[in-house]
Amino acid sequence: MSSEEELLEKIAQIQQGGPERYRQRAKAEGRLLVRERLARLLDPGFGLEDGIFADATDEGNPADAVITGIGQIHGRKVCFMANDPTVKAGSWGPRTVEKILRIQEAALSLRIPLLYLVDSAGARITHQVDMFPGRRHAGRIFYNEVSLSGLVPQLCLLFGPSAAGGAYIPAFCDVVVMVEGHASMYLGSPRMAEMVIGEKTTLEEMGGARMHCEISGCGDVLMQNDEEAIDFARRYLQYFPDHCENRPPMVPPIDPAQDPHELTRMIPDNQNAPFDMFALIERVVDAGSFLEIKALFARELLTGLARIGGRVVGILANQPKVKGGVLFVDSADKGARFVTLCDAFNIPLLFLADVPGFMIGSKVERQGIIRHGAKMIYAVSEATVPKICVIVRKVYGAGLYAMCGPAYGADATLALPTAYIAVMGPEAAVNAVYYNRIMELEGEERQRFIQERREEYQRDIDLYKLASRLVVDAIIPPVRLRAELITRFEAYASKRVAGVAKRHGVMPV
Amino acid sequence: MPIITSPMAGTVSRLLIQDGDSVVPGQDVLMLESMKMEIAIQAEIGGTVKTTRVSEGEFVDEGTVLFELA
Repeated sequence: MSSEEELLEKIAQIQQGGPERYRQRAKAEGRLLVRERLARLLDPGFGLEDGIFADATDEGNPADAVITGIGQIHGRKVCFMANDPTVKAGSWGPRTVEKILRIQEAALSLRIPLLYLVDSAGARITHQVDMFPGRRHAGRIFYNEVSLSGLVPQLCLLFGPSAAGGAYIPAFCDVVVMVEGHASMYLGSPRMAEMVIGEKTTLEEMGGARMHCEISGCGDVLMQNDEEAIDFARRYLQYFPDHCENRPPMVPPIDPAQDPHELTRMIPDNQNAPFDMFALIERVVDAGSFLEIKALFARELLTGLARIGGRVVGILANQPKVKGGVLFVDSADKGARFVTLCDAFNIPLLFLADVPGFMIGSKVERQGIIRHGAKMIYAVSEATVPKICVIVRKVYGAGLYAMCGPAYGADATLALPTAYIAVMGPEAAVNAVYYNRIMELEGEERQRFIQERREEYQRDIDLYKLASRLVVDAIIPPVRLRAELITRFEAYASKRVAGVAKRHGVMPV
Repeated sequence: MPIITSPMAGTVSRLLIQDGDSVVPGQDVLMLESMKMEIAIQAEIGGTVKTTRVSEGEFVDEGTVLFELA
């Protein structure tokens, strides 16, 4: 055999991956093989792979269980790392780590997105001295992710386990897509938990995809299979630039999916009645463009990317249908995170506000709602992308601040005719200010007094009065909202805000 | 025992199901008044209502058991 034939044979052998029985098992479980995942993810044609011979003359694990390289998605170059779970369960050896570090360094110098296709049992404990503690060992992967964070998009597709230290790869990515029933993430396995702390639990309960997407918030998007997760990644990247100094690509506008004329009758006059914020979103954004992030987590706040007139925007919207649209600890975190994601990549922000405020009560106080709310307000304050706030119905108290009220660098505060801005609702306000006087009265006299004070309160916070004082910049009929937003985001496109020279703020966490 | 709990603090304004009713996941089971909003609370699991643990006008906290299911 010639040396060339020998080379091609070795390459073909390595490209097979691990033992046949693991490949069969993957197919039986509806999972794609790693090279199938990459073939679906990347455009055909352009592509390179590094380090295919990693570990070849040491232990012979094909490519040391990871494929790293550069490809294209919709014609734009991306770096990728993909574990091969058929090789030693996708675990990390010393060369696995080195390959990952090198592709991260490539993303850093080339300034292109990095995708992590994770499916790994974690470190090979037998090799720990050569891959866990040192300068160029596993810890450096997470350090590099932090360097890359906000420089280029980093996306994690979790197809299987990402256990123990490996769980930090998803943790530092911008968005984590998880395949239900297969993806899992935990610092300690159920087996370890039973041995080390005495807890008995299942894999799904400890770190399943649905648990992370609904409850812990460590997962952002739940997909049903490998194909859906990969298609999401391709779609997601179209909302982002390659790196933080560019803007997301503009595309031709598409009319909304639903008729904006219906909006006026769909928004209830009764401020306390439920209302589905999606109804408004679908009548404002380009049809089919809304890409929701963290759909299953803290659903009282909607966060997602969309296009309005072909331009990418990030939308935060209270959802009155869920918990009255009140902001809680998790929704404040969700909001803070999404604002920083958009601001990192020049994505303008649209706040659709209909919020009775932050939750009150001893339960949430003990959870630290003050510092979590402060975290969201901090993120909103720091964001220097164009910001527009639309007051849809009522917005009370610090809810106004968290949804980018006038004091927070909003380029415009727009109000619909149903808008209502106050420090708190009329009932609570009158009760607070006039409590002693109310207690002195009885029966019908008391009711009349309360009623008169509430009406007085309503007049005080009348929308036209707020517009007259320039608290709001414009009052817009709902059917004209989309056109107004298209015009304003176009007008604000050149926005630049000079920062104050300092190392960095002290962020509430 | 399967239970339905309240996702947030508030006052029970209206019970929408009673003992013996069967419930499916996602069904509205109770109206809560909280933060001056009318909030529908859904069952996250299905089953038959064995015991209603709260009454109208009562304060419930996040995590308070509302219904026990069979």
